[in-house]
Amino acid sequence: MDKIKALLRRKEVLSIAALSLLLLFNVFFTPGFFSLELKEGHFYGSLIDVLKRGAPLMFMAIGMTFVIATGSTDISVGSVAAIAGAVAAQMIGGDFSATAGTAASSLTPLPLAIGAALLTATLCGVWNGFLVSYLGVQALIATLMLQVAGRGIAQLVTRGNVITMYYKPFFEFGTGYFLGLPICIYVVLAVALIAYLFSKKTSYGLFLESSGSNRSSTRYAGIKVQTMIWIAFAISGLMAGIAGVLIASEVKAADANNAGLNYELDAILAVVLGGNSMKGGRFSLAGSLIGALLVQALTTTIYMKGVPAQTILVVKAVVVILVGIIQTTNYRKLLARFVKKQPSEAFEVGK
Amino acid sequence: MPEEKVLLQMNNIVKIYPGVRALNNVNFTLQKGEIHSLCGENGAGKSTLIKILTGAEPRDGGDIFLNGNPVFPKTPMDAQKLGVSTVYQEINLCPNLSVAENIFIGRQPRKKIGGIDWKKMNSLSETAMARLNIKMDVADALGEYSVAIQQMVAIARAVDTNSKVLVLDEPTSSLDTKEVRQLFHAMRNLKKQGMGIIFISHFIDQIYEITDRVTILRNGNYIDSRPIKDLPRMDLISKMIGKDIAAGESYKDRIDGERTEKKKFYSAKNLGKRGVISPSDITINYGEVLGFAGLLGCGRTETARLIFGIDRPDDAEIEIKGKKVKINSPADAIRQGMGFCPEDRKTDGIIANLTVRENIILALQGREGIFKRIPLARQVEIANYYIKLLSIATPSCEQLAGNLSGGNQQKVILARWLTINPELLLLDEPTRGIDVGAKAEIMNIVVRLSNEGKAILFISSELDEVARCSGRVLVFRDRSLIGELEGEVSTRRIMETIAYAGQEEAHG
Repeated sequence: MDKIKALLRRKEVLSIAALSLLLLFNVFFTPGFFSLELKEGHFYGSLIDVLKRGAPLMFMAIGMTFVIATGSTDISVGSVAAIAGAVAAQMIGGDFSATAGTAASSLTPLPLAIGAALLTATLCGVWNGFLVSYLGVQALIATLMLQVAGRGIAQLVTRGNVITMYYKPFFEFGTGYFLGLPICIYVVLAVALIAYLFSKKTSYGLFLESSGSNRSSTRYAGIKVQTMIWIAFAISGLMAGIAGVLIASEVKAADANNAGLNYELDAILAVVLGGNSMKGGRFSLAGSLIGALLVQALTTTIYMKGVPAQTILVVKAVVVILVGIIQTTNYRKLLARFVKKQPSEAFEVGK
Repeated sequence: MPEEKVLLQMNNIVKIYPGVRALNNVNFTLQKGEIHSLCGENGAGKSTLIKILTGAEPRDGGDIFLNGNPVFPKTPMDAQKLGVSTVYQEINLCPNLSVAENIFIGRQPRKKIGGIDWKKMNSLSETAMARLNIKMDVADALGEYSVAIQQMVAIARAVDTNSKVLVLDEPTSSLDTKEVRQLFHAMRNLKKQGMGIIFISHFIDQIYEITDRVTILRNGNYIDSRPIKDLPRMDLISKMIGKDIAAGESYKDRIDGERTEKKKFYSAKNLGKRGVISPSDITINYGEVLGFAGLLGCGRTETARLIFGIDRPDDAEIEIKGKKVKINSPADAIRQGMGFCPEDRKTDGIIANLTVRENIILALQGREGIFKRIPLARQVEIANYYIKLLSIATPSCEQLAGNLSGGNQQKVILARWLTINPELLLLDEPTRGIDVGAKAEIMNIVVRLSNEGKAILFISSELDEVARCSGRVLVFRDRSLIGELEGEVSTRRIMETIAYAGQEEAHG
């Protein structure tokens, strides 16, 4: 019984409930949402679509979770993704002279191109982290700089063009399948696992939660809060980079203007829907991932219901407001009073 | 004194906050042309009284008379119109605007067609500054002037031609000696013009230099009001902290141990920070409890912060165990074997939404670094060991630390430092705001650690606590170290040192 209670208090509960509710809605009202087709050894269907389209967002949500845990935000992730995509595309090269629509080779070896893209993105994160933690610039302002400047940088890299690529191995990441499922899903799982292990099997997670909860106390305890914040921004940059490479691989092009556009807001939304507080402190990676899926499932549902494209944002807003209200402490207290008629745990100790 | 000289009278002022009577029938009288100090330790009610006078807080009882007429200021703007002006500790001015603009912001003199009359504004500003005996170019940006001048501008802004009462809340806290002179000069000028000035300061020397009369509050009660010349320093201090010095105490239960051989753990030469605390030399030995004593704002906490690297000293020479070291952050200090229980438990100590276990192992894990994570089982073991050792009342080590009572939170922080087995433990007000039982337990732990040969630095505003458990006491006043007491340290000796050290007149 206590275990169930403890389980119900977890951050992820709400996002799981919301996602289940949405799926349940689709069971009854969106015919075909759950149908899976096996074509040429690949699964097709809305569910797969949610996973696949949600992949870039999930990467960004992972990075954003760390940043939000410090009590900051990183609104440059969309632009950083565009930079990473541009770097990758530039190094792979868009060459028309290929036969049968695909280029035989890339300008630079593929691992090097991807490595360079991810390194650039990480450096963007390091730059953000430097501004925020060492110079003390407000996170919103610091990352706004790169959000604006980042698209310019991406355009410089692509020289203002949309670079279309024709090198097939690069497309595997975004369009390939393995054992019937899109490859990018495996990558999401792997990256999420690494991020989880990094936060739990090292003490970074503890230091981060501590820094985000009470900066001053954490510093007094001998922990370099600035370094922790810096690392969080670097991770966020790296994750945005992976998302950027994925987007480029999926659309087979690097579009400095539109790749990753408005993703930062969806990423923040995913993290918050996952039960993470914008104030920082305790965080849940799983919650953020579920939050990202929720955002994507919502978008897909709205599309499938044939809601006109221009009202999508309004529908999203309504959902966000609802979940936002439910997450407030006041509402939770109110709910707790209805659910169990005993004082909450906060009053049991400390006389 | 003739009745018409009374400028401001506050009678039986009562203020009740939820659960606490912040002011209990407090009386206060200010004469024309008088500089009047309001004295008291933390929680005495000084700022509450000022807030009521300036209309920032409503009163729950009592009367205020200004020039004999009852007044009811509801907002600071009201009070300003009535002639009560306030300059707060932090200067709320715009450094990039000109001095004149700062003085007249929001009430610039207008020309007939609506534009700002710059000429008039500048000349009025010059007059206003001249009242404070300062000649300056009022068209210059405020930021180009020193803090003291900025303070003066803040006063000029507050002091209208119709101002009668000026409240200065800690005006000297960020000024150096020369700047304080300038400020005092200006204050004397205003006094000559018949203004009544309420002066709040932690600096005893300054109070004795500038004030005519002192009113003392303690725990929300009116204690006394007298001309300063009839109030010896010793009396002022004992009235502020509420100790009757006639009852001479002698404590026998001070920790006794072999104090014959003194081994230095920490020594600093020239430890100070400009504008925060004047430099001094400090040594801390193994196995001793070194007490820091003094009144609120005297520099005891500031010194501890410098020792622990929270603030950087200007140019100190620090030696630990005979080796020269640099301590620029708490992490450095911890590496050298120090731990620090800060004064403000909530903001600097406990991390409320982490568990007791996480709070306890935080410093130890911090020293180990990111990649050497202490296994969970070991963390639980450590946490439970200290929960038992310090009898921390918590249902389990996974309880959120924020749910614990104050005394237990303090023990959790103590446990955090015990895990790293420090050689020097700095305790800043470790017993503040916790109940008597927990207090005694914490004092016992301090004694035990000291007997184990650890160096302890003990800071407390309760002088008898310092006297009781310290083998040696450093006394601070007005942001500098003014004395060192050894041997039989009694509350009386500490108070005498605070009152008279460095004074020509050798009392008592």
